[in-house]
Amino acid sequence: MLGLVAKKLGMTQLYVEGKAIPVTVLEATDGVITQIKTREKDGYNAIQVGFIDTKEKRLNKPLLGIYKKAGVPPKKILKEFRLDDVSGFEPKQEIKVDIFEKGEIVDVIGYTKGRGFSGVMKRHNFSGGPDSHGSMFNRRPGSIGQCEFPGRVVKGKKMPGHYGNERVTIKNLEVVFVDPEKKLIAVKGAVPGSKGSYVNIIKKGN
Amino acid sequence: MDKLKAFKEEVAKSLNKEFPEIWPGDTVKVYTRVKEGNKERIQIFTGVVIRRRGGRGLDGTFTVRKESSGVGVEKIFPYYSPSVEKIEVLQRGKVRRARLYYLRERRGKAAKIKKKGY
Repeated sequence: MLGLVAKKLGMTQLYVEGKAIPVTVLEATDGVITQIKTREKDGYNAIQVGFIDTKEKRLNKPLLGIYKKAGVPPKKILKEFRLDDVSGFEPKQEIKVDIFEKGEIVDVIGYTKGRGFSGVMKRHNFSGGPDSHGSMFNRRPGSIGQCEFPGRVVKGKKMPGHYGNERVTIKNLEVVFVDPEKKLIAVKGAVPGSKGSYVNIIKKGN
Repeated sequence: MDKLKAFKEEVAKSLNKEFPEIWPGDTVKVYTRVKEGNKERIQIFTGVVIRRRGGRGLDGTFTVRKESSGVGVEKIFPYYSPSVEKIEVLQRGKVRRARLYYLRERRGKAAKIKKKGY
């Protein structure tokens, strides 16, 4: 499943066949293949791709070694895409936005906005209590269990805690616009993360 | 977010639409394309602009209010919607705020907006 790393620019709407469609505009980055993995040698078929140039001092020695071996300038993000067939790919080959075309269905993977330690209303959509009339039960979760039996709180009980900043895959988004020159790509619908965060756009199938 | 802005401007430009500058209080005539079965015709909506939202770009909309047989009707038009054929300004109005929601509580003569004069 070939893919790309892209930066989320933000959302807008486009008109397709007379209808307004919500789209997320993403700025794709060029990837460079650093290594081809084959079933014989590595146990599975994949291509390893580096994205976005970075300074040498930002990387540790093992990562630098990968780029040195491949003869590719150091990159910020290293991704592996598993493929059924890796023939046709070779090291140093570039992967660009033109692997996507208009109308194609893709998956987008990203990290949601971090919300820190959140209460139960934000995190689990509890309804909370009344706000006024001396309620004192404004955003509380309510009862979390019974009494002496079972004498404990059930596992997986929805409670306050860390929310957001988790990896999420949004499946089956339609590509509505591709501009290989400006490296822009627009997909229908929303994509995880804040503006400026990096997401992976993954092609469907092998 | 300049790249997003540039993208929006480019798309807006490619849609090749022209419309006059409109302000809240203006009385406008909006020509919209309406599809009825296979036929397409132009429908005109005339009223007062009570709100503009999202600038004049790709995301921008404006709300037009009119009274139709005693019932207030408001329509939100995106500037760049393909169904908005033409916008015509009939009269510039003199108003003192950006959102003319107060018109909703007024009927008849009280809901009239003064013409802009110098």
